[in-house]
Amino acid sequence: MVGIVIVSHSETLARGVVELAKMMAKDAPIYAAGGLEDGSLGTSFEKIAEAAGEADQGEGCVLLMDMGSAVMTAEMVVEALEDEDIRLIDAPLVEGAVLAALESQAGGSIEEVAARLEEARTLRKLEG
Amino acid sequence: MTNEELHRALKAVIARIEETKDELTELDNAIGDGDHGINLARGFSAVAEKLPGLTGDLGATLKAVGMTLVSTVGGASGPLYGTAFMKAGNALKGKTEATAEDLLAAAEAALKGIKMRGKATEGEKTMLDALCPALAAAKTAAGEGKAPKEILAAAIAAARAGAEHTKDIIATKGRASYLGERSLGHQDPGATSALYMLEAIASTIS
Repeated sequence: MVGIVIVSHSETLARGVVELAKMMAKDAPIYAAGGLEDGSLGTSFEKIAEAAGEADQGEGCVLLMDMGSAVMTAEMVVEALEDEDIRLIDAPLVEGAVLAALESQAGGSIEEVAARLEEARTLRKLEG
Repeated sequence: MTNEELHRALKAVIARIEETKDELTELDNAIGDGDHGINLARGFSAVAEKLPGLTGDLGATLKAVGMTLVSTVGGASGPLYGTAFMKAGNALKGKTEATAEDLLAAAEAALKGIKMRGKATEGEKTMLDALCPALAAAKTAAGEGKAPKEILAAAIAAARAGAEHTKDIIATKGRASYLGERSLGHQDPGATSALYMLEAIASTIS
């Protein structure tokens, strides 16, 4: 299955997003990389790299980020890993995580997961 | 510049960040997430620990500083300053001594790295508003055949004016952009820390 990493400034937020995604796709390999080593707010290169290593089970993994340094630090991790199947995805964190987890659990390839996440960018909540 | 002189400049930067961390955090409290000074101080204190072991060439020292910042800062200034130091290191790869020309080329590479990493440009109320005018002024001074000390003085004057000018800019990048017009009147913390670093480096050049 394609792995998923949730990158956030907040350890609690990252864990919460993982929890929510697991509610619908409990077998998806989705990992939290939130906060700094000591649990304080921030983004950690090491935590993200470690989570990407765990999430990638051979079929690649996608990283979803909250904002600011989470985006830049995740970008540096992806550059350092030099693997085209480890990708940053520009999508809303919560909806993106749920869609990615479902697609991954259903056996979708990294291309299919990425395509599903592209849809998450334009999802509306109040209008059909 | 030799590796020894680079160490002296880095030590000055480390000390300056430690001295100004509360002020930088205060600036960030107003328009950001209030961690700029704390984050940079954490990063540069990790650099201070690594410094005695960095006995290779200029490129290797700068690269290690950049990687340490990326790993330890925890906020946006980590990837930004980290990339800057790593790109400068790449420009000075293998060199044990750098001329003013080499250093300008390294500064240019560092600035490009920040723009690339932050997907940002001058005029968005970021560190680039201090650094872009600083590099332009340094290049002009170097073109006029000025001495290193004068080149740095020109860069600092331009960085100071640039950092001041961020008060008149509505942020369109970084955390402050979420405040929109309410970011007006506040000096950007990143532009300020960039100015302080340049001042610290200049204080070690004779």
